[in-house]
Amino acid sequence: MSKIVSKKQLSEDVYRLDLEAPKIALKRKPGQFVILRLDELSERIPLTIVDSDSDKGIITIIVQAVGETTRKIVSKNAGEEILDVAGPLGSPTLIEKKGIVVVVGGGVGTAVVYPVAKAFKEAGNNVISVIGARNKELIILEDEMETISDKVYITTDDGSYGAKGFVTDALKNIIAGKDTIAEVLAVGPVPMMKAVCEVTKKFNIKTMVSLNPIMVDGTGMCGACRVTVGGKTKFTCVDGPEFDGHKVDFDELSRRLKSYSKMEKYGEEKQEGCCKGF
Amino acid sequence: MVRRNRKVVVKDFKVAEKIPRQKMSEQKPHERIKNFLEVPFGYTEEQAVKEASRCIQCKNPLCVQGCPVRVQIPEFIKLVTERKFIEAARKIKETNSLPAVCGRVCPQEDQCEKVCILGKKGDPVAIGTLERFVADYEREHIEVQNVPEVKETGKSVAVVGSGPAGLTVAGDLAKIGYNVTIFEALHKPGGVLVYGIPEFRLPKDIVSSEIKYVESLGVKLATNAVIGKTDTIDDLLNGNFNAVFIGTGAGAPKFMNLPGENCVGIYSANEYLTRANLMKAYKFPEYGTPIARGGTVAVVGGGNVAMDSARTAVRLGADKVIILYRRSKEEMPARIEEIHHAEQEGIEFHFLVNPVRFICGDSGKVKEVECIKMKLGELDDSGRRRPMIIENSEFRVKIDTFIIAIGNDPNPLIQKTTPGLKVNKWGNIVTSSDTGKTSRERVFAGGDIVTGSATVIEAMGAGKIAAASIHEYLSNL
Ligand SMILES: Cc1cc2nc3c(=O)[nH]c(=O)nc-3n(C[C@H](O)[C@H](O)[C@H](O)COP(=O)(O)OP(=O)(O)OC[C@H]3O[C@@H](n4cnc5c(N)ncnc54)[C@H](O)[C@@H]3O)c2cc1C
Ligand code: SF4
Ligand code: FES
Repeated sequence: MSKIVSKKQLSEDVYRLDLEAPKIALKRKPGQFVILRLDELSERIPLTIVDSDSDKGIITIIVQAVGETTRKIVSKNAGEEILDVAGPLGSPTLIEKKGIVVVVGGGVGTAVVYPVAKAFKEAGNNVISVIGARNKELIILEDEMETISDKVYITTDDGSYGAKGFVTDALKNIIAGKDTIAEVLAVGPVPMMKAVCEVTKKFNIKTMVSLNPIMVDGTGMCGACRVTVGGKTKFTCVDGPEFDGHKVDFDELSRRLKSYSKMEKYGEEKQEGCCKGF
Repeated sequence: MVRRNRKVVVKDFKVAEKIPRQKMSEQKPHERIKNFLEVPFGYTEEQAVKEASRCIQCKNPLCVQGCPVRVQIPEFIKLVTERKFIEAARKIKETNSLPAVCGRVCPQEDQCEKVCILGKKGDPVAIGTLERFVADYEREHIEVQNVPEVKETGKSVAVVGSGPAGLTVAGDLAKIGYNVTIFEALHKPGGVLVYGIPEFRLPKDIVSSEIKYVESLGVKLATNAVIGKTDTIDDLLNGNFNAVFIGTGAGAPKFMNLPGENCVGIYSANEYLTRANLMKAYKFPEYGTPIARGGTVAVVGGGNVAMDSARTAVRLGADKVIILYRRSKEEMPARIEEIHHAEQEGIEFHFLVNPVRFICGDSGKVKEVECIKMKLGELDDSGRRRPMIIENSEFRVKIDTFIIAIGNDPNPLIQKTTPGLKVNKWGNIVTSSDTGKTSRERVFAGGDIVTGSATVIEAMGAGKIAAASIHEYLSNL
């Protein structure tokens, strides 16, 4: 059991939750995640640990309500409990002093980027951040990113905030202006990560991405989270979640993410005769 | 004296032979394929007594030698003939703390029943079914099992993993006064008994009542505790615990490394069974975890895990389920009963074939599996004939879902985070087999994490040994 200590809405469907999880707060390192099961009927889903306070025994997660499970989670209020929280899972990011690091967060991906960017900054790197979303309303963690970045660029698809365009446009400008970017970290929707990697590949800039495949256990026991990296099968929950973006098979990841999309639609509508033939 | 005894035996033998081995009634195949309820119903009291009367109470019972934990079989069977069912269950529990589980899933045909003297001329005593009967009887008739009073030792033991090995160690040590905490990575204790073996073969209520019993002994349970992550073995040793037992099983699924293996619709048996059992995906959408349903499902493998996957697929509404196995029926490691049940449920067996690649459709969903025919060659190390490829014999099978049930490797999480813990070339923890001691002081291990995938009873046996040796070790500290 893990109590929700506080809850805050960040954008239309995105909420920040602080959970009581003292052990995890103490152990977690940037880049790691938890597996969470809301109640007896819920599925297990992975969520990045965005921040933690080991003195208070609290971890922060950011949840975007995109399906039945996440909607149920964000409908909970402070004071209510989450049945199961396991972690910290996954391999932590290797944080070193590298020089200039560009971090790119798309939509709720910014929540995954933030803890790593913060650690890069603390390790003495020059952190340049790009955060992007479809519109102004969907930009999250702007203030937090400001405090841990040397420079923040914002892009929106519709131009309602920051520069109009995609994160890749901002990234291209940054690359054009600087000659020695040590590393790029990109997290967001799969097409965004793929696009970022296509840009950085041309310039041969090392690029890490944090992947979000379907998971069950999160401990290397099922293989649901398998992805192809450099032609080899990897389990995201233990070998990742961060991988060399230039080697990831993003198209396969996209397809695997949609494994149950039809079923979930049926499930949400609670239709009779659900689920045969998917 | 000796002669007279022999005569009695011969006479009893004759009587026993006249009584046929009692059969449990079970759900009819056409009904059970539509539900997840247990298939056999178990004995009635009358059947149990009748079956027990077949046992000739051997002076030197071979059956006991055949049992990995040496259950006092003739003694408990005698209690059944006297209708002392609860006492019979208690008799088994002296050596085996999970009789309701073992009565259902142990391969008795390879153990006690294989060597039962009656088997020489006819059918052996149905030891497993009797075990199941008395355990169920006890559970259904006794509200709380009285917990023995113990003198606390003041020492604490951490048990990592809540499968049969961990539960046995925890129960045994609690009974002699240790303060025991079980750390389990998943949200529910039981190991393979809850996430792997399906409801229709081992109802989860039974597993949870066994776990409640272990808890009633004072054992504490910490779920969602992924050792190696939430805490390391060294954290436990440096914290409150005097010793640690590792019983983390063989939990990492093997894949085949074939082209197209990551197509949508291809599962490891672990994932498929975990979704269905632990997460109750067969009740989707009431339960939130989805699973592929319907269509043609193919399963590769020949063990219990393959049978469980195939029979789960049938119950999830598959139109057709096929098992692909690279050897022939004789070499299948699955229990005969499981193969038999699978056949009754309409599952097709294709022997001497092996998948070589998968063909996916545009959406990434698997469409076909390409297989190759095999033949059997010389005996290999396992004493079975080695399967060999027949060149140019490829053929394709149209499928919607594919399940890989070719075995598991040990999960390396603990081995990687515990310096100085010796493992063999497959990653199994190395122990001394008569003590369960590992290369690390105060650290013991047993079950599938040591032996590789084996059986429930062997894991329990290893747990017993480790519990005794932990007790000895801590008593001498
Ligand atoms: C589908 C299936 C069917 C089977 N059918 C039969 C059968 O009919 N008869 C039979 O005798 N045997 C059967 N077996 C084999 C049998 O279940 C195993 O041999 C037995 O369960 C092994 O027990 P164990 O205690 O060693 O490990 P497990 O039962 O595997 O339990 C290990 C536990 O440790 C936990 N764990 C792992 N890593 C960590 C960690 N780092 N931190 C905390 N916890 C951790 C796991 O989550 C798990 O709960 C079957 C196995 C499967 C998969
Ligand atoms: S070997 Fe068979 S007949 Fe003899 S004691 Fe055991 S169960 Fe009874
Ligand atoms: S989620 Fe099961 S292996 Fe990664």
